[in-house]
Amino acid sequence: MTTATLDTLGRLESEAIHIFREVAGEFDRPVILFSGGKDSTLLLHLAIKAFYPAPVPFPLLHVDTGHNFDEVIEFRDRVVAQHGLRLEVAKVQDWIDDGRLQERPDGTRNPLQTVPLLDTITAHKFDAVFGGGRRDEERARAKERIFSLRTAFGQWDPKRQRPELWNLYNGRHRPGEHVRVFPLSNWTELDVWNYIEREGVELPDIYYAHEREVFLRDGMWLAEGPWGTAREGETLVRKTVRYRTVGDGSCTGAVESDAADIHAVIAEVAASRLTERGATRADDRLSEAAMEDRKREGYF
Amino acid sequence: MSDLLRLATAGSVDDGKSTLVGRLLYDTKSVLADTLDAVHRASADRGLATPDLSLLVDGLRSEREQGITIDVAYRYFATPKRSFVLADTPGHVQYTRNTVTGASTAQLAVLLVDARKGVIEQTRRHAAVLALLGVPRLVLAVNKIDLVDYDEVTFSRIAKEFTAHATALGYTEDAVVEIPVSALAGDNVVEKSANTPWYSGPTLLEHLETVPVEPDPHDAPFRFPVQYVIRPRTAEHLDYRGYAGLVAAGTVKPGDEIVVLPSGRRSTVTKIDTADGELAEAAAGQSVTLLLADDIDISRGDLISVAGNEPKVTDELDATLCWLAEKPLRAGARVLVKHGTRTVQAMVTELRDRFDEQRLSSVDSPATLELNEIGRVALRLAEEVPLDDYSFSRRTGSFLVIDASDGSTLAAGLVGAPLPLLENGVESCTEGGENAAPDTHALVSPGP
Ligand SMILES: Nc1nc2c(ncn2[C@@H]2O[C@H](COP(=O)(O)OP(=O)(O)O)[C@@H](O)[C@H]2O)c(=O)[nH]1
Ligand SMILES: [Mg+2]
Repeated sequence: MTTATLDTLGRLESEAIHIFREVAGEFDRPVILFSGGKDSTLLLHLAIKAFYPAPVPFPLLHVDTGHNFDEVIEFRDRVVAQHGLRLEVAKVQDWIDDGRLQERPDGTRNPLQTVPLLDTITAHKFDAVFGGGRRDEERARAKERIFSLRTAFGQWDPKRQRPELWNLYNGRHRPGEHVRVFPLSNWTELDVWNYIEREGVELPDIYYAHEREVFLRDGMWLAEGPWGTAREGETLVRKTVRYRTVGDGSCTGAVESDAADIHAVIAEVAASRLTERGATRADDRLSEAAMEDRKREGYF
Repeated sequence: MSDLLRLATAGSVDDGKSTLVGRLLYDTKSVLADTLDAVHRASADRGLATPDLSLLVDGLRSEREQGITIDVAYRYFATPKRSFVLADTPGHVQYTRNTVTGASTAQLAVLLVDARKGVIEQTRRHAAVLALLGVPRLVLAVNKIDLVDYDEVTFSRIAKEFTAHATALGYTEDAVVEIPVSALAGDNVVEKSANTPWYSGPTLLEHLETVPVEPDPHDAPFRFPVQYVIRPRTAEHLDYRGYAGLVAAGTVKPGDEIVVLPSGRRSTVTKIDTADGELAEAAAGQSVTLLLADDIDISRGDLISVAGNEPKVTDELDATLCWLAEKPLRAGARVLVKHGTRTVQAMVTELRDRFDEQRLSSVDSPATLELNEIGRVALRLAEEVPLDDYSFSRRTGSFLVIDASDGSTLAAGLVGAPLPLLENGVESCTEGGENAAPDTHALVSPGP
């Protein structure tokens, strides 16, 4: 037996566990967004700890763009099976096939996730939706509450956010509305990696250095996949890379890196002069307010 | 020394809060290259000669368009000495509720004034809100010192006036530090300035890195709001029944005698469980699961307290409210009160007084409490609830007032009268009589 004193990671863990339990106590149909990426894997790890030794009392939801890395999907399914969880998958492809969505000219499917996400929330009457968003990721996220109310249309209105006082969360909502809950709000990218090391959390291999065929587009190393390959003037080259974030393959870039294990990744993140999203996400480079605009529409 | 400081900014609009936060982030090299590029580009687009550091925190489109802060931005940065969680808050009176949000968990607030204007109405309002919420320490940053030619006399005059106000609010002198700064030019933010040779105190960052942070007192009586009952009902854990929660105050060990409130049933803690194994002790701030010797009825909303030093259990609540809604509060209003993990129906039976944070006095029996006003009220609760004074604990003495019809948060509630002034105003025109609890002062400026 030990007497734990709370260091920064202990405090963050304790806060996240408290948030999971608040939602379990106050909502009828919560769901955890789970893609197999590092933030959602961490989210699930914390949820498991929050309800130990009982099983996690929520299902998982993945909005699948179809533009995935095989390693990540394999990892996702393995984790789900290992913990005996229920996973709901909303496939963007289904929405495209029946005409509810149209493929974009640039081929990226990141912005297309919003409609399947909202449709699934409505169909299942989910009232609390856990996301892995962190305030250090982006300026608009830095403004969001831990309990973030969404209208019946899934919209976020940053000017009408509720005050969030002490650690008392107000999750009340009207029928049709739901609350997005962000237990990792106060974590930084470095906190996430330090915690992953401390807890020995397993992640998909693509977060660690490996060799891959990539091509350079808009200053980012993209891999080829179902979303397409190098165009005229772009050449595929073999490089040692890793991913700092994992999203739609068409707009998630790899970074050149030799960091093959968790210690090397932590050293690299601590020394990095680029933010996680700035280094790897084309979707956030579109405009000064790209993230805010997507969030207003109901994005994660 | 604690490795983490939670701080919030406060002060009127345009006093330079966001610029100061941007400057802190910039000078501590907490801004990564791509973010900085974006600020350089956006500043150039706006025709500015030097980068506008407030763009680092004003993250919403309408904030950047109007050049103001509308909602709290949380920023995280670290130096070799400490990590910081910083809430940059808006200055407009209409957004005071967001200042309350940022300040409710802060251990220190940096209150800015414009050196040209000195202490103004909003400075006094924010100082009162910070004192009310029990923010233990203040920094008065006398900003834009460049615009008054780095004048010592101006600085001293403002510092003196503010100290008098802060003292009247209950702050001791060592809880308040005044620093002359220029957020724009960087004087005394991270680097000591050659322009203020008359100032011998620390820079803002030096102060933030070394200021004592009051830890959660270990000798406080144990409080544990039950969030959730964990019952696995699996073959392996057939009879497991654990009460999950976050320790709100004090410490707990196996063998401790506890009482469950409001029922009053007693038992003994047999085990403190976590996913990482059993603990010999748990302290304030820790999320744990308690197992008890007896099979008694406990559910979400109950409070587990140390036996022998329990909070009062009552359906009458004497409280101070910081009213955060557009529609005013009137006596007779039906609301919900969320305290700990319990939400109960309540009625506001009386508006006792309204605090005039400008004159530090109170006005008796007001007809309403308007947006951003602070006042003392009496509430009747539909059920009995265990209540500690806010001056005992920010965690167990706080509550939300919620609109039952639309779910919005109407007020920040504090059990009792955490501002001694509200009981014993300097020019108070209240009934008088009740004395401030002796330890209320200790909350505002706790000893070492
Ligand atoms: N000369 C001067 N101008 C400043 C200083 N700090 C801020 N400003 C300017 O004051 C204005 C308001 O600043 P901002 O940070 O947005 O204020 P906020 O509303 O308190 O967040 C901006 O134009 C800043 O450039 C300072 O120390 N000196
Ligand atoms: Mg501002």
